[in-house]
Amino acid sequence: MLELKGLTKHFGGVRAVDNIDLTVAQGEILGLIGPNGSGKSTIVNLICGLFPLTGGQVILRGTDISQVPPHTRVAMGIARTFQNIRLFGQLTVWQNLWVAQNSAEQAGNENFLRRWLGGPQRARADIDRALAFFDLQHKRDELAANLAFGEQRRLEFARALAARPALVLLDEPAAGMNAEEIDQLDARIRKLRAEGVTILLIEHHVELVMAVTDRIAVLNFGQKIAEGTPAEVQANPLVREAYLGTATAA
Amino acid sequence: MDFYLGLIQIIGVHTLLGLSAYCVLLTGQVSLAQAGFFAIGAYVAGMLTVLAGWPIVPALVAASLVAGAMACAVGFPALRVKGLMLVVATTAFGEAVRLFFFNFNYQLERGGFRLGPHGGEGFRQIRYFPEHGWSTLDVMLFIWAVVVLVMAALWWMDRSRAGAVLRAVGEDELAAQSSGINVTAVKVTAMTVGGVIAGAGGGLFAHYTTHIEHVQFGVVLATFAVAYPILGGLSNVFGTLLAVIFIQGFLIEGLRFMGDWRNLLFGGLIVLAMNVRPRGLIDAGSIAALRRLLRNKERAGA
Repeated sequence: MLELKGLTKHFGGVRAVDNIDLTVAQGEILGLIGPNGSGKSTIVNLICGLFPLTGGQVILRGTDISQVPPHTRVAMGIARTFQNIRLFGQLTVWQNLWVAQNSAEQAGNENFLRRWLGGPQRARADIDRALAFFDLQHKRDELAANLAFGEQRRLEFARALAARPALVLLDEPAAGMNAEEIDQLDARIRKLRAEGVTILLIEHHVELVMAVTDRIAVLNFGQKIAEGTPAEVQANPLVREAYLGTATAA
Repeated sequence: MDFYLGLIQIIGVHTLLGLSAYCVLLTGQVSLAQAGFFAIGAYVAGMLTVLAGWPIVPALVAASLVAGAMACAVGFPALRVKGLMLVVATTAFGEAVRLFFFNFNYQLERGGFRLGPHGGEGFRQIRYFPEHGWSTLDVMLFIWAVVVLVMAALWWMDRSRAGAVLRAVGEDELAAQSSGINVTAVKVTAMTVGGVIAGAGGGLFAHYTTHIEHVQFGVVLATFAVAYPILGGLSNVFGTLLAVIFIQGFLIEGLRFMGDWRNLLFGGLIVLAMNVRPRGLIDAGSIAALRRLLRNKERAGA
């Protein structure tokens, strides 16, 4: 599905992401973990095309998309959420989803004028289904800025899915959530996988990552230090070192 | 009576100017180029009726299209910069347009007179309305027909997906981009639509004043253009109309006895409005409050 080849990004002298090779297979949930500042969010930004690469390639279904602008990548099937929530606060909940319906299919199926100048009555079944899935129906006409924190996280997840992506990049979706909300998130991620969506999960909440992912890649200082099943990664001494420090230091 | 009709004409034309800035402001951009597009519309429409002998409606349409094309051309490079830099860039454009017309000399022999733009002296004798026997009332109604048309179109757009997308770009460009919106295309389109509306306003302005010159299209007019929607709020087009009525009808005409002190008041008012009502006089909250009030009244009545 997605392949990163020698992905590199330098910010001045800082090697935020250094020669990373990573493959996300169709239909899998890949976890991406690592200490703060290890380059996880930078990788998400590079996959989305928010800044140019220093080196390497981003390949989606065999096509090199390294030069493709961010909005086109969404149409090609890559969507994301943000670590610090970025909703359209002065739009209503359903308008947030309406605005994000930008897949190639959604744009192509409709007459141009109806797509852009059609009224709210055209808010279709898609949006209602998404609102039901994320338990937000009762907030449909509320301004996004007025939602509670957990609801905002859910709405952002829903907005990422509005363009029916094949690959979703979740950047710390559990940050700031309570145990019950994390359980719901876990269930939703599993349901999505069952529908065939591929997921790249960046998360600090280790329990969630270990429970829900098929494979995990571990980053430290912009480099990949381990990759494997959750059990393999947990047993890897390099990973322990990155998180806990070396044995001598302890 | 003619004084009031004239005032209503001014309000109509300035509403168009304010709405042109409204379109651009929705995408979060402050453009001080709107007076420039207004000037282009004024000169183009005037030249078409006076020198080319066109009827008013096609002249207005052509003037709008020229101003819109100009806005599109300016939009591409200008919208690469944001915030203050965009203010500077668009101010520079507006001044360039003004100075162009300051130097623009193109006069032709028409009915024994030399007519047309004449540099610093301006463009006199744009007499389409008097020559065709339009009364002040006719002109006023014509202007307002255009205003109503534009307001209806923008009101419709506000409710459509296009309106939501413009606002999404205005709120958070990065999130909009990551949701699959082509931010550059949206901003340039908004600028173009704004240019078309400003062009129509300029064309009407040239014909009801019959005499235009470069000084009328300076930074002051550009500031008014953005002040209307900022003061009125961006939740719908009626805010802008209300702000124009308030500024032109009350501040400029009503307080005429205060002379130049009005400008001071105007500046102070903008600062006050930005602080007290940062989302404009009419925002989403006030509309919700109005709805609640109406609902409660109905309930009380029943």
